[in-house]
Amino acid sequence: MTLDFGAILSQWPLLATGVANTLLLTALSAVVGGALGAACAWARAQGPLWLRYVAGTYVELIRNTPFIVQLFFIFFGLPMLGVKLSPEMASVLAMVVNLGAYATEIIRAGILATPRGQIEAAESLALNRFQIFTRVVLPPALRKVWPALTSQIVIVMLGSAVCGQISTEELSYAANLIQSRNFRAFEAYLVATAIYLALAIGVRRALNWIGPRFIFGRP
Amino acid sequence: MPVVEIKGLRKRFGQNEVLKGIDLSVEPGEVIAIIGKSGSGKSTLLRCVNGLEQFDEGTLAVDGKPLLHDDRAAMRALRQRVGMIFQSFNLFPHLTVGRNVMLAPELVKKIGQPAGAQRASMLLTRVGLGEKFDAWPDQLSGGQQQRVAIARALAMEPAVLLCDEITSALDPELVGEVLRVVESLAAEGMTLMMVTHEMNFARKVSDRLVFMHAGRIHEIGPPDELFAHPKTPELAQFISALNH
Amino acid sequence: MVDFTLWDILRNLLLAARWTITLSIVAFVGGGLVGLALLFARLRGHAVGDRLIAAYVQVFQGTPLLMQLFLAYFGLALLGMPTTPWIAAALALTLYTSAYLTEIWRGCVASIPKGQWEAADSLAMSFSEKLRHVVLPQALKISVPPTVGFLVQVVKGTALASVIGFIELTKAATMITNATFRPFTVYGMVALLYFCLCFPISWWSHRLERKLHAGR
Repeated sequence: MTLDFGAILSQWPLLATGVANTLLLTALSAVVGGALGAACAWARAQGPLWLRYVAGTYVELIRNTPFIVQLFFIFFGLPMLGVKLSPEMASVLAMVVNLGAYATEIIRAGILATPRGQIEAAESLALNRFQIFTRVVLPPALRKVWPALTSQIVIVMLGSAVCGQISTEELSYAANLIQSRNFRAFEAYLVATAIYLALAIGVRRALNWIGPRFIFGRP
Repeated sequence: MPVVEIKGLRKRFGQNEVLKGIDLSVEPGEVIAIIGKSGSGKSTLLRCVNGLEQFDEGTLAVDGKPLLHDDRAAMRALRQRVGMIFQSFNLFPHLTVGRNVMLAPELVKKIGQPAGAQRASMLLTRVGLGEKFDAWPDQLSGGQQQRVAIARALAMEPAVLLCDEITSALDPELVGEVLRVVESLAAEGMTLMMVTHEMNFARKVSDRLVFMHAGRIHEIGPPDELFAHPKTPELAQFISALNH
Repeated sequence: MVDFTLWDILRNLLLAARWTITLSIVAFVGGGLVGLALLFARLRGHAVGDRLIAAYVQVFQGTPLLMQLFLAYFGLALLGMPTTPWIAAALALTLYTSAYLTEIWRGCVASIPKGQWEAADSLAMSFSEKLRHVVLPQALKISVPPTVGFLVQVVKGTALASVIGFIELTKAATMITNATFRPFTVYGMVALLYFCLCFPISWWSHRLERKLHAGR
């Protein structure tokens, strides 16, 4: 048994493109999925009754089905309804919908921990319901659940490896392309796996840095 | 015209009626201290005035405008005229002291950043915390936090300020600094309604004292008169219990 | 093209779901055993062993399950072992599960107050006695809800075995789609089947957790 990593690393431009696209997919889905999660968390915690059921059903449907099935349903299934998406669009949509469901439950837990007095103080200051949620309830809630949210974003990034299966050109797709050229499958996937590990650690660090500075506004 | 006018106010929690018909009107610049045993309904009465509690019967008006629970816009308009300070301070932990004060004027009154900051700084100076503008709430003592809460309420320029046992959560040595701020507000002509256990303070600062008992206003009048000549055995007993 | 009725599709999917369930059970039981062995190794408290296991956990939690499946599939071949999708999938999912379970259980053991260990120490118990009589009985109770909850992750994880050619629910869906050209119906049905498998487990895990918190 001999391993040849040179054959893989010489294809570094493909890997670099894959890394860039994986990060792009992750960033897009983190921003949109996080916002979706915050909105659904509001709906589940404080929305009208019918909306609570809608949001609750969404969360349970997504959390109890595999990501790959969600992706295939969106990419292969939705065109039957006339919704034709590019692989990249389908990937982002699937990741957003997936992250949104988990983020809903995570953020909701933070919201439920808000002391009643915080809301009463905001009400006494004549803030409206939207202002109370976005300016008073949400920031401390996000701060509380940021580690969990960070983990979930990393999980979604790792899950995005499946998007290569519908030929989205992310990191796992690059590995697949390389191994189809030089038949060094094990080495190609080992290198890709190592890069994913580095990305997971890097993204977690980056989010820990970004959170207090830009999301919940307190070092 | 009275700032606050309460007529026939009744409030039930389930089977338990905690306010059994309250009539009270508060004139501009008046300082009202509400005393009584716990469970007498005094905090509930105060919380009804800015709609944190919904009452079941009667009317309540601020500046002549009736309080309507179901009309959110009207509630917000009313709350701009009624400030509230809580026992547990309730500062927003994710905002600096200055931002705590600026938040509501900025969002509700659409006051711009520089003007808002300037006003906040002025109000913080007024409560003796001018240098704490950039501090975080959890870096302050309880007394300092409560003074920030006062500045935050004042920033909305309320017509009346409600104080709900604002020194009860404080260590004894920190009570004085908060009471001095309230006293200076009273001296400047602020309309105040306060629920308090600090009897000496109530006696010194208030224009009228309200003694609540079993969901009713049991006695009302100038503080010296009430303390010197209680008309009912309940108030006499309440006062004598204080002295022991 | 063969004409498939809805019933034909459902019947074929249900047949394939047996393999989803089988793979889930194998991975869960296998992963549980490996995870337990790792937990004991870790509780022994040797610095090197502890580091190694921590790295093992980080690798499996910090890389895509899909990559782990590929590595198992191609790695076994490289070692000259017989490779079938079934063996590769069972191996990768077992290791993956073991990493998560050992970490979950370590967290449960760590949440037992230090005073319990010290009390057992002061009663002159040996390491294995402390574990067996004091720490594990308490940790076991709080570990049940998250362990059951992780079973849902395992069931969903088996769907990725389809990519290396193991014929379970998701792979069967792809095959049926290619024969029927009805992806919306087929993938919709598959999603519902996964939901029927996973939701009761999620619900059970939630209920256990609530019961645990109510009991304390």
